Amino acid sequence: MNLNIKVNGEDWGLDVAPADTLLDVLRERIGTKSPKIGCERGDCGSCTVVLDGRSVRSCLVLAVEADGREVTTVEGISYEGLSELQNLFIENNSFQCGFCAPGIVLSATELLENNPDPTRHDVQEALAGNLCRCTGYEPIIDAVLAAGKEGSE
Amino acid sequence: MTTEYPFEVEKSTDDLKTVGKPAVRIDGLDKISGAAQFVDDIDFGPGLLHAAIVESPHAYAKIVSIDTSKAEAAAGVVRVATGADFPYKFGMYMEDRYIFAQNHVRFVGEQVAGVIARSHRDAVHAAKLIEVEYEVLEPLLDPRSAVADGAELVHPDLDEYVHVPWFFPQDDTNIAHWRKIRKGDTEKAFAEADYVLEDTYHVPRYAHCAIEPHVTVSRLDQSDRLTVWTASQSPHTQRHLFAEALAPLGFTHKDVRVITPYVGGGFGGKAGVSMEILGAAMATLVKGRPVKLRWTREQEFYNTYQRQGVVAELKVGVMNDGTLTAVEHKLYWDAGAYVEYGANVVNAAGLSATGPYRVPNITNDSLCIYTNLPPGGPYRGFGYSEFHFGLESHMDRIAEAIGMDPVDFRRKNAIVEGDELAYGAHMNPSGMIEAIDKTAAAIDWGVEETSDNPNTVIGKGLALFWKAPAMPPNASSASFLKFNEDGSINITVSGMELGQGYLTVMAQIASEILTVPVNKIRVETPDTDRNPYEWQTVASHVTWSSGLAVEKAAIEARGKIFDVIHEVYGFEDDSLYLEDEAVKCRTDASFSKPLREFVIDGIQTEEGTWRGGPIIASGKFMPEFTNAISDPETGQGGHPNVHYTVGATGVVLEIDTDTGRIWVRKAALAVDAGRAINPDLVNGQITGGLVQGLATVLYEDMRFDENGKMMNPTFTDYKIPTAFDIPDEIIPIIVEVPQPDGPFGARGVGEHTMIGAAPVIANAVYNALGVRIKSMPITQEKVAMAILEKSKTTEGAN
Repeated sequence: MNLNIKVNGEDWGLDVAPADTLLDVLRERIGTKSPKIGCERGDCGSCTVVLDGRSVRSCLVLAVEADGREVTTVEGISYEGLSELQNLFIENNSFQCGFCAPGIVLSATELLENNPDPTRHDVQEALAGNLCRCTGYEPIIDAVLAAGKEGSE
Repeated sequence: MTTEYPFEVEKSTDDLKTVGKPAVRIDGLDKISGAAQFVDDIDFGPGLLHAAIVESPHAYAKIVSIDTSKAEAAAGVVRVATGADFPYKFGMYMEDRYIFAQNHVRFVGEQVAGVIARSHRDAVHAAKLIEVEYEVLEPLLDPRSAVADGAELVHPDLDEYVHVPWFFPQDDTNIAHWRKIRKGDTEKAFAEADYVLEDTYHVPRYAHCAIEPHVTVSRLDQSDRLTVWTASQSPHTQRHLFAEALAPLGFTHKDVRVITPYVGGGFGGKAGVSMEILGAAMATLVKGRPVKLRWTREQEFYNTYQRQGVVAELKVGVMNDGTLTAVEHKLYWDAGAYVEYGANVVNAAGLSATGPYRVPNITNDSLCIYTNLPPGGPYRGFGYSEFHFGLESHMDRIAEAIGMDPVDFRRKNAIVEGDELAYGAHMNPSGMIEAIDKTAAAIDWGVEETSDNPNTVIGKGLALFWKAPAMPPNASSASFLKFNEDGSINITVSGMELGQGYLTVMAQIASEILTVPVNKIRVETPDTDRNPYEWQTVASHVTWSSGLAVEKAAIEARGKIFDVIHEVYGFEDDSLYLEDEAVKCRTDASFSKPLREFVIDGIQTEEGTWRGGPIIASGKFMPEFTNAISDPETGQGGHPNVHYTVGATGVVLEIDTDTGRIWVRKAALAVDAGRAINPDLVNGQITGGLVQGLATVLYEDMRFDENGKMMNPTFTDYKIPTAFDIPDEIIPIIVEVPQPDGPFGARGVGEHTMIGAAPVIANAVYNALGVRIKSMPITQEKVAMAILEKSKTTEGAN
């Protein structure tokens, strides 16, 4: 099947199988490796990407569903230097192994776009679908809250 | 009496520039920009093949026949493998495993056959076409039944298995190892004690749940060299085990290369060798083609190491003044179908099952018992998390029984430097008392708190922890260090960056000695062809052990730098020092020679010739004071552990008395890091480990059905914490009583941070409700039922 998709600003035209997920196509056909394979059933959030402005689990989206649409991954937001939020993640030691970090950065970025000054509860809710086994979440929440406050100043 | 450490370490800890400071992680940019490459992210081109594994649906069965013909004929299939291709044993501490099952399967999920195909989909499809006929046998699922008289033997050939000299298998039983400690006279001490408490505690199995599943890509190239890229904590140990297991195929160690890029979490689950050997072996059947094997999340749960379950029978004697006099701890470990790694968990627990207390009379029995559940193995805490649940619950109960404050009771009995350990060696310097005091203060111990909400009650708890690295006595670390033209440094080591910040800490140690800033030091992830030896990144030992190897390399490099300066300028070596990336001289304040001017090209002499050249150095560390040889009947005589790290955990929690729901309002954890080389990273370990530990006691729970099949192998059914499931407040406390032989005094903290979490919840629940829950996890349901039960009893009494 034909798939026309824009990934991080670049147009791709591909022939894909009906069962291919968006995650398969991003990783194996386009070479965008920041969305990770963690559970393949939408539980862990490591495959999170932004599809037309909304975060989705790319393991649960068929590639053909993304036809004519636009995908952003962490690579896409890092070409011209790190965002304020990414810098705050480094400053707050908000990741350890780094496997969940791309997904968490995207979920938190989406939150801050919709809600520039979130509460702790808002952050916890926005990130509840992204599992992290290393950090205990506290430093992640700190970074997002810091980004929120600075964004509103 | 303390241990003599027969080697020199950098003693100067005054005026530190980098060590003890919160340096930015050197892997930060990689990981936050999406650039960090994990094994599954590496491209192997269009020749990449994919493997899928056929697994046993039975916990115990005889393999009658395997018919692979349909799979071999299926679309895309390149090769099918079975046990007949690789009749070889392997194992970390005891060789009791086969690559693919031979004759019998011993747990649900055990690998029976494998398919290599041109696509993942083809491999998975063809694996379903392999027909295996089994003769199903009765599985052993409970460790205490497995040691009962007349129990079927899971491994009838146990007496033939090769194992390390500190294991004591019991022939013709299911006991693969029995660690005994006999010290003093426990029987007499119990008879003389003012109070003796005896009870049994139950701890189930747990899963590591690193977010990155196990994945390996292996290629045997046309020159017969086997390269394996793996998500691993143990590149050199993997190379060693691959080379040994596959030696019949003609491999020697130099022919096997293991490359380990960033790894997406380990927690012990990626130590040793588990599924990786399947990939390595299967690749030998398709020379020239890389083969990828990636576990699904389900396989991640049931066919990698699991944390072993344990039934702990504990008896403790005490005098009325609070002095502990005797501990008898019987640990029945459900070690699973293969114990090649897990038996050492059992060993470690047996050596230290008194907990961090001064106990004159000890009887420990730690039994490694074969069952037909998945293989047990290393998990953060390595046996200590498991036995601390009962032990620290018990200490609270004893204190209450003799009318003593549980914190005072612990302060009185806590082990301190020089106290004799269970096996006769002596305790290292430790900040246990400081950790107790600071943790108690952080949760306002002694101040009763009541809830404004009539439906909730508040409880407080405190628990101690200790742990020593569990390693072979000669586990070692090595490092190479080289300068570049601009005075920057590349260091190669073979410890793994699991997220703990290892690479950054190694850079900080080198930076401190050589005065080159951390951001000018690159520390490389392992490649066994290129990086020097490291045993494994486990046991919370790499900051200490690999840190010492890096420290020694940096000291050697500094010596070589001073030698060149001496040769050219005549200054004595001991008048020279490094400052701000330059060599300076105490006897000539005007002298300053920047490193970048000579660490590659050397220094030109007055007559025009050159001296020096590239500054390269190496360092190695092996603990030369350890010894695993002891009397099998008493455990006395050896020095199996290098040192212990200690600390305390405290919580304040709130419980809804209608529903049993628990909220952890505040959690404090003090750990004696010796010296925190990077306090931010230590705090990261405290927060992460504490949350992981709290999850094991509050809700995580591995469930098996009556046939030994795991019922909840997904994140939907096996709940790990989300961003909502954390304490309202976490207070990390770093205690620093230096380890005499540690790099700048440092010792490890990574695993320790989850050990106290389980008992501290049990103690706080008791404090809040007056009910003692003696089995993990302490779920909402269990708490609600206990409240109900208690109210019935109270009403009945009225």
